[in-house]
Amino acid sequence: MRFVNRHPGSGSRLLLMLLPFILFLAVYFFGSATRLAQNPDDKLLPSAAQMADAIDRVAFTEDRRSGEYILWSDTAASLVRLGAGLGIAACAGLALGVVTGVFPFLRAGISPFLAVVSMIPPLAILPILFIVFGLDELSKVALIVIGVTPVLARDLEQRAREIPRELLVKAQTLGANSWTLVLRVMLPQLCARLLVSLRLMLGSAWLFLISAEAISATAGLGYRIFLVRRYLAMDTILPYVAWITLLAWLMDFLLRQISRRCFPWSEGALT
Amino acid sequence: MSFIEIDGVWQEYGDHVVLERLKLDVGEGEFCTLVGASGCGKSTFLRLLLGQEKPSRGMIRLAGTPLPAEPDPGRGVVFQRYSVFPHLKVLDNVVLGLELPQSRFWGRLFGGKRRAARREAAAMLERVGLGQDLGKYPHQLSGGMQQRLAIAQAFIMKPRVLLLDEPFGALDPGIRKDMHALILELWRETGLTVFMVTHDLSEGFSLGSRLIVFDKTRQDPQAPNAYGARVTYDIPLNADRRAARQRIAALPRHILGGCPDKPLLEGADA
Repeated sequence: MRFVNRHPGSGSRLLLMLLPFILFLAVYFFGSATRLAQNPDDKLLPSAAQMADAIDRVAFTEDRRSGEYILWSDTAASLVRLGAGLGIAACAGLALGVVTGVFPFLRAGISPFLAVVSMIPPLAILPILFIVFGLDELSKVALIVIGVTPVLARDLEQRAREIPRELLVKAQTLGANSWTLVLRVMLPQLCARLLVSLRLMLGSAWLFLISAEAISATAGLGYRIFLVRRYLAMDTILPYVAWITLLAWLMDFLLRQISRRCFPWSEGALT
Repeated sequence: MSFIEIDGVWQEYGDHVVLERLKLDVGEGEFCTLVGASGCGKSTFLRLLLGQEKPSRGMIRLAGTPLPAEPDPGRGVVFQRYSVFPHLKVLDNVVLGLELPQSRFWGRLFGGKRRAARREAAAMLERVGLGQDLGKYPHQLSGGMQQRLAIAQAFIMKPRVLLLDEPFGALDPGIRKDMHALILELWRETGLTVFMVTHDLSEGFSLGSRLIVFDKTRQDPQAPNAYGARVTYDIPLNADRRAARQRIAALPRHILGGCPDKPLLEGADA
């Protein structure tokens, strides 16, 4: 049988899914054990026990200076920034995408401008954001918004234009005006697409968040990683990276579940 | 005065002439089938009637007044594909046609009006044979059922003109026959004016009360786009069916409501 036609059963599918993870962990802990055997003070590849210690320190012990549980306060700070940034970006991107996708007049005015703006590397204007919005929360949220919105808007405009013309004509023969056409026909279809685009943009959003936190913050997951880097604290950095990855994956999972629940007819619900 | 007057209509895209010197008078209640080779402008003609495009020259009048230059609820349409809204369930697809004209801001009805609209839409869907599928999404329906839904959507608006752009082109022959019966039945009941583009000549002959053939009368081999298509044949069909329809229309309402009109028309169909 040709390789393209062979499908794994449920057992082997699970095995194949776990295999890369197991391999990865095995390679890491083998390397870690070898290095630590040669030099017990090695900091580069900490052992599981060392990382467990570090996790206990940051997650389950009160910080002596601030009296907080560092991991949780960092997580809260980062998630608030990320949530605010993505929320604002989603609303703005959806609005821009809809108006440029549906109304030729607004498309002619806005779309070329968006195409240029989306080419500005957001990190290049981070200093400007710090200068304009100060070093507080606002500049970090603004970076995420500026980085994510144009991409979302352009993607949604494209999706809006991919909706068959026939549906727009049909809606008009059913008595829609411009506003109800957007409200009842375009928006529901584009909201479904928005969730798909948001899932794809999660990586970028985290990138912007951690960059901004690395440069100026007093709390946050990115801030912590860059802080403890000074002490070469790989035992803290690695669990933090794993935790960020888990959070990002959970957000992706959550968006997919929302997609399934709210838009069962859309392709986004199937992938 | 005829219901729809097409008066010297040309349609050109740049120097590509698609339709030229189109002149046609269509009476109210006619069932015109439009046939012709691919790319000879049948669908363009339908888009002109729909208001999706404006003729380059000439004028189309509907009941004496110039045709509005954009689609409106007075003219229903069923396309070959993409006629139904994928994000709405079957019932909501039809209810939408009742909600949009009544609610200019929300596009939705609430309370008693909503219940009434849903009852009316459900009755319409029952009528086209989708009574069992109200809660399904269109992608769960077969091609034929999706077209039934599109037809229900169009008829719930009670348009005066119905435009069909190869509505059954993608369907199996058996299902196509059922659809023919359905569309004829609805046409008889409502008395609207139908324009139907089809590739299938026999479909054109059997369904319509008038067959309109589009073709290019002039050909320039050096410039294939220089001349457009015209109406080359305009054949009245099924005069008995038309007559039967007029007779039924003349009957008093209470008789129509009481006795099924099918037996009366069976003979006219043959």
